[in-house]
Order: sequence, then C-alpha cells, then structure tokens
Amino acid sequence: MQPFVFERVDAPASAIRLAADERGGSALANPAQYLAGGTTLLDVMKLEVMRPHRVIDINGFDDTAIGQVMATRDGIRLGALVRMAEAADNPTVRRDCPMIAQSLKLAASQQLRNMASLGGNVLQRTRCPYFRDVSYAACNKRNPGTGCAAMNGFNREHAVLGTSERCIATYPGDFAQAMIALDAIVETMGAQGGRLIPFAALHRPPAERPDVETVLQPGELITAFEVPLAPWMRRSLYLKVRDRESYEFALASAAVALDLRDGMVAEARIALGGVATVPWRATAAENALRGQRIDDRSVAAAAEAAFAAARGREHNSFKIALGKRTLVRALNEAAAITI
Amino acid sequence: MTAPDRRIPRRGSRDGSSRREFLLAGASTVAAPGFTQTLAAQPAPARRIDPRMRLDLRLTINGHERRVALDARTTLLDALRDHLGLTGTKKGCDHGQCGACTVLLDGRRVLSCLTLAASAQGRGITTIEGLAKSDGELHPMQQAFIDNDAFQCGYCTPGQILSAVGCVNEGHAGSDADIREYMSGNLCRCAAYPNIVAAVNQAKLVMKTAMRD
Repeated sequence: MQPFVFERVDAPASAIRLAADERGGSALANPAQYLAGGTTLLDVMKLEVMRPHRVIDINGFDDTAIGQVMATRDGIRLGALVRMAEAADNPTVRRDCPMIAQSLKLAASQQLRNMASLGGNVLQRTRCPYFRDVSYAACNKRNPGTGCAAMNGFNREHAVLGTSERCIATYPGDFAQAMIALDAIVETMGAQGGRLIPFAALHRPPAERPDVETVLQPGELITAFEVPLAPWMRRSLYLKVRDRESYEFALASAAVALDLRDGMVAEARIALGGVATVPWRATAAENALRGQRIDDRSVAAAAEAAFAAARGREHNSFKIALGKRTLVRALNEAAAITI
Repeated sequence: MTAPDRRIPRRGSRDGSSRREFLLAGASTVAAPGFTQTLAAQPAPARRIDPRMRLDLRLTINGHERRVALDARTTLLDALRDHLGLTGTKKGCDHGQCGACTVLLDGRRVLSCLTLAASAQGRGITTIEGLAKSDGELHPMQQAFIDNDAFQCGYCTPGQILSAVGCVNEGHAGSDADIREYMSGNLCRCAAYPNIVAAVNQAKLVMKTAMRD
C-alpha cells in the first residue's frame, strides 16, 4: 500500500473541501478518496490498484441524515452511510420492498455488511482478476489504452451485456440492481453544490473509457438514495445464482417487481446482475411483459428479450442461458407472491 | 475551529525537502451548507503533511485504552498483532475473504484486515482476548466450541467465535439455516462446520439466559 495522508472529518462540507483540493481526471482517479466501510477501497489499495494520496474518513457523520433510513412522502430515503446490514434488517424496507432487503442480505458476509455503506456499495470495483492483479499490464480500466487481458483470457465471470471491445469486466454489485429497477434517484454533494442523478445515469458503460466508471465528478460524494415506492412493490424479490450458496458474487441474478391487475402485468421492473458491465435495467423484458399474463410463454419471451443483445466469449457463454433461466424463475416466484 | 475536526496528531519531523511531502490545504469547518453553496470558492490556508509521519492513536481494546504511534496504512489487524501483542486475532487472506480476522467494533462484528487502525479510534474494540471474564471463566461461546469440538487446527477459531457472538447478539441464530447463512463469512478449511453450528446453538441458549439474569 502506498503512503497516504489520513484525515477524519465530522461534516460533509469539510470532507468535500478536502477532496476538492486534489482533483484527478475522474472520481476514481482523484488522489483524494472517501473512506466509509473501506471494504473495497482498502482491498484495492493493498493490491495497489488504487493509490490515493489522501484518505478522508467520513464515518464521523454516521449520525446525520446521511447515516439514516427515512420514510418519505412517496417512498424511502436511504442515507449513503447506512450500512448494508442495517438496511437489510430495516422492517420498513423488508415489508415495503423485499427486493432491496434481499439484494443486501444475499451480498458478501455479515461482517462486510456491517462495515460497507450503501454509497460505497454502488461504487464497488469489479472483481475481474486482470483488473485486480497489477502484474497484468493490459487492463483498460486500470491503465487506459493498454488493452484487455480478459478478452482472450479466462473470462468465465465476465459480462455478456453492455460490453465493449475495450472491457468486459462485470459490475459485481447486487443492491444497485434494486436501485436501477426502482428508478431510484442518487443525491450527491460536491464542490459545485448538490445534484440529483437518476440511478440509471450513475454508471457509464465501458465503451471507449472503461476507466471512467461513473458520472461522478472528482470529490463528489453520494449522500442518499431516494427510492419511490408503490404498494405493489411488496411483490418483489432478488434472486441470486452463484457458485456457492452464500458469500459469493452472482453469476446471474434478477431483481423483479410485478404490478399484477386481474392476472395481467400492468407494470414490471426488471434488473439483471452478474451478467453486465454496469447495473442493468432490462427494459425490453419489461416491455415484453406489460399487458401479458404471467405464464411459461410470456416469461420465456421476456427472458429472450432481456438477452437478445448478449454476446458471450470463450468461457462465459453459459451466462446467457443461465441468465435467462434466472429471470424466468424470478418472474414465476414473484408472480406467486400474494400481497 | 481552524482545522478539520478531530485531526489526528502526528509525530516525527517535518522534512521540507521530502519529495513525498506535498502541499495540503487545511480547511475550516463551516456551518452545514445549502446544496447550492459553492465550497471551493472559500479560501483555505496551506499546510504540509508528510504521509509517512506516524499518527498518535488511542484505541480502546477490551475495555483498556492503548496508545500507539502507527503509520496511517496500518490496519486494525496489524495494529493488534504486530504492535499491541494481541496475536489472538488471526491473519488469513488479508483481503476480506476468510473471516479469520473478525473482531467486534462497538459490539458489531467486522473484519479487522479491512479496517484502518486510525478509523477504529473512539470505538470499542473486542478481540478474542477480551471475551473471557477476568477470573478466567470462558465466554459461553468459547466453552461451546470446546464442548462441541468445533475446530480442528484452530486457526479460524478466534474469528469464528467473535463472529458467532455477533451472530447471536444480532438475532440471526434462530435456525441452523440462519446460522449457516450468517456465519458464511468465516471459512474453515478443516470443515468443522457442523460442529460450529452445534456450538452456536448451545451458546445461544446460555447467552439468552445470561441476558435475562
């Protein structure tokens, strides 16, 4: 790990000013990085994948609104410093939108969930082994312009959706799938003030610049997620398929919410994890289901639509079939929920 | 206040010629700003800090305050093992993948390998050395691990025990399935898992009784 200056602050304004002192090209390249749970940051700092000059500990404002879950007029506000375990066990979250609670409970381990903040969780870095191992020179995400060792390497865990010729690294998170499915709004603070970002616009597909992962500016801090909820979202779930039963990243996952009226789908929300380079809203699958009855034919058609643009590589083509089956099972299980 | 809150005192000389030393702008704490306020416009006095200078830390471990001067990079795990002589907490993967380094922070189980020692200041740290009573009577979870033969080589055991205490206190030890799910962050290469589940089941009853008394 490279040496860094450690700072501890009690107020968001102090943190933002310290971070704004040292601006890099993108939020991730900024030499100043915020430390909340540290479960990603310290891991990749030990690997020397990230080498910030300054680490700003923001855990001191845990007890402000940034550290709390609050009911709002049209849903729920999840403070960015709320820990994953806390949100997963929150009775309102569990009752009003099981998808959110399950996406958190099925991620990582309880120790990590006790540490990791929601804001940090959506920004967690990919598990691509070539990204995490600096002895591989070729990684467009870590060293822009050097190529991609995964493209013709061991790419079993890699993405089949949203890839580019420069990067096929999978976005590893679960909670982000719930946020994108629910049209959450990301609230941020930065040196230029605050702004509201639709969750779907937070992450950037790799395209030409895999190293720039989000639209966040250097030093911009996520303060909360505003999640609009409807009563029918109690009929929702998160299904995660992986190599072992627990404490593992998704090979394929599906976040699903269904608004069923007289047996017909009035509205569907679908996001897919483990298969794409960014949090992935399956809009085509939602469109395919709207106005349909949930049956074998309609869920199969939705799964086909979700993966129509998928592209497999040498070791990960199985994810296309697995992803479709995961979505089919998630839709059938969601339809069976009585609310 | 003229400096960011709770800035940690540093020791060692300030060598102005060091290349690693860089300019650091201090900042004054202001009242919570509105979202539209531009913070960057506020002037800040410049300061210099050498990132290699040690930090004077105060850590509360098993109820005792310990003072130690450490490089900012030091994890809580390395602080405990290498600087404070508390080698009960084990280093397995050092990357948050095995659970051997589990300790309690303000009663909640966390991984000490992914916690900076500097970040743990002001919080109550409990390690395996702090579980037994001062007269030597073992914590019910320690006794349950012995009674149920819940380990073979023993390397993961301190982490398993701290994690199991957290699991019971969180209310996540209701069924065998829950115990397996909520203990999944602690790997045991000897595969003592069935006996660990039995130990948690035994200890949770004793711990509940103790809480009622």
